[in-house]
Amino acid sequence: MNGVHDMGGMHGMGPVQQEKNEPVFHANWEGRVFALDLAIDSKDKWTGDAERHQIEVIPPAEYLRMRYYEKWLTALVELTVKSGLVTRAEIESGKAMERSSKPGHVLTAAEVPATIASGAPASRNVPAAPHFRVGQRVRARNMHPVGHTRLPRYVRAKLGTIDRDHGVFVFPDTNARDLGEKPQHVYSVRFAARELWGEQAAPHDSVYVGLWDDYLEPA
Amino acid sequence: MTGDVSHANAQGHDHEHQAVPSDLTLRVKALESLLVEKGLVDRPALDALIDTYEHKIGPRNGARVVARAWVDPAYKQRLLTDANAAIAELGYGGQQGEHMQVVENSPKVHNLVVCTLCSCYPWPVLGLPPVWYKSAPYRSRSVIDPRGVLREFGLELPEDTEVRVWDSTAELRYLVLPERPAGSEGLSEEALAALVTRDAMVGVAKVMSPPKGVSA
Repeated sequence: MNGVHDMGGMHGMGPVQQEKNEPVFHANWEGRVFALDLAIDSKDKWTGDAERHQIEVIPPAEYLRMRYYEKWLTALVELTVKSGLVTRAEIESGKAMERSSKPGHVLTAAEVPATIASGAPASRNVPAAPHFRVGQRVRARNMHPVGHTRLPRYVRAKLGTIDRDHGVFVFPDTNARDLGEKPQHVYSVRFAARELWGEQAAPHDSVYVGLWDDYLEPA
Repeated sequence: MTGDVSHANAQGHDHEHQAVPSDLTLRVKALESLLVEKGLVDRPALDALIDTYEHKIGPRNGARVVARAWVDPAYKQRLLTDANAAIAELGYGGQQGEHMQVVENSPKVHNLVVCTLCSCYPWPVLGLPPVWYKSAPYRSRSVIDPRGVLREFGLELPEDTEVRVWDSTAELRYLVLPERPAGSEGLSEEALAALVTRDAMVGVAKVMSPPKGVSA
C-alpha cells in the first residue's frame, strides 16, 4: 500500500537524532511488548508479512506519532483478536473470560535460545526458474498494490541492474494475505542514484534494493 | 545531493524524549496479564527473551566478525561470498539474520544500510536497532540524501567515493565490513574487535585508528 511507512525519499522529517549510550529498551513496557510479540509469533498463527502489514495500516498521523514499540503493540492486539486467541471484550476488560481452548505451543524459557538460533528463514528449497540473470537491465514495475508489498514507491518504473540472485524466497504480497507463499527469486537490484533522484544525486552513488521476480520486468 | 533539508518539522522527534506515558505501561501490563491468564504465553520465556537482547546479542558479535575478517583473508572471502556460513563459524545466526549479506567498504566505496519500509536490521550480529535507525528522518533521507545523513553523523565523504545504500526491503540483512584503520597493524584480533563500533557496521561511521600507545 502507498502508506506513510514507505518513506524512502520523503522530505520534511528533520535531522537524524542520535542518543548517546542508548539502552536496548527505553522503558520496561517496550521490552515486554518485544517479548510478547516474539513469544506469540512462535505459535505461527499469522505470518511475519501479515504482522508488517498490520503495522502499515495504522493511520498515517498515528503511525508518525507513535513510539516504535507502540506500533508493535497496536499490531499485536489486532492480530491476537483477528486470530481468535483473545476476544475484543477480553482486551477491553483485561480479564480472561476463559482459558484459551487452543493455546497452541507455549514458548518456554528453556526453548528461547534454540528458537532465536533457528529463526524463521524465508528462503524455500523449491525449484523456481529465475526470470532474470545477473547483469541484466530490468525495470521495477509501475504497480500500486493496496495490500502489503516490498516494492518501495521510489523505485517503481525505474531502471536498474541485477547485481546478485539470492535464490528463492516466500513472496510477501501473497503471504501477508494467506494467499500462499508463491516462492520466487529475490535479487539485489542496483539503481543509479541519478536514475532515482535526477541530477541532484552524486554521479556514482547507487541504491541496492531487494526485489522479487514479480516486481520486475525486462528493460 | 539535496542541500536544503527542511528542519521545520522537528516536532515528530520530540516525543521520543518525553516521559513514557503511564497509559502505555498500563496497557502492556494488562495485555501481558491477559495472555498469561489465557495460557498463551509464559512469563519466564518473556524474561529470557528480554535478557537475551539486553545482555547477550549485540554489536560485539558483529565486531568479532569484522575483526576476524581483518586478520584472516580466507575468512573474509567466505564472509563476502556466503555470509551466513561465515558468521555461523563464530557461533552467530538465527532470528532476523537468517539471510545475511556482508558489504565491504574500501577507499573508493562506502556502504550504508537502511530499511525504508520498517526497521529491518541484522539482530544476530548487531542486536536490536537504535531509535535513530527506525526513525522517519533516517528512513526517509538515507536513500535520497545519504551524504547529508552521513554528514550529520560527522562523516564527510570525498566526492569521488562511491556511496552504495542498501535498502533492506527483502529478507536480506546487511552488515558493513568497514575498512581496517591505519595504525592498527600490530593489534590482536581481540583488540581490533574493540575498535569496531555498531555505527561503523551500519555504515554511518568509519572505524577510528587506535589511540597512540595501544598495542596487542
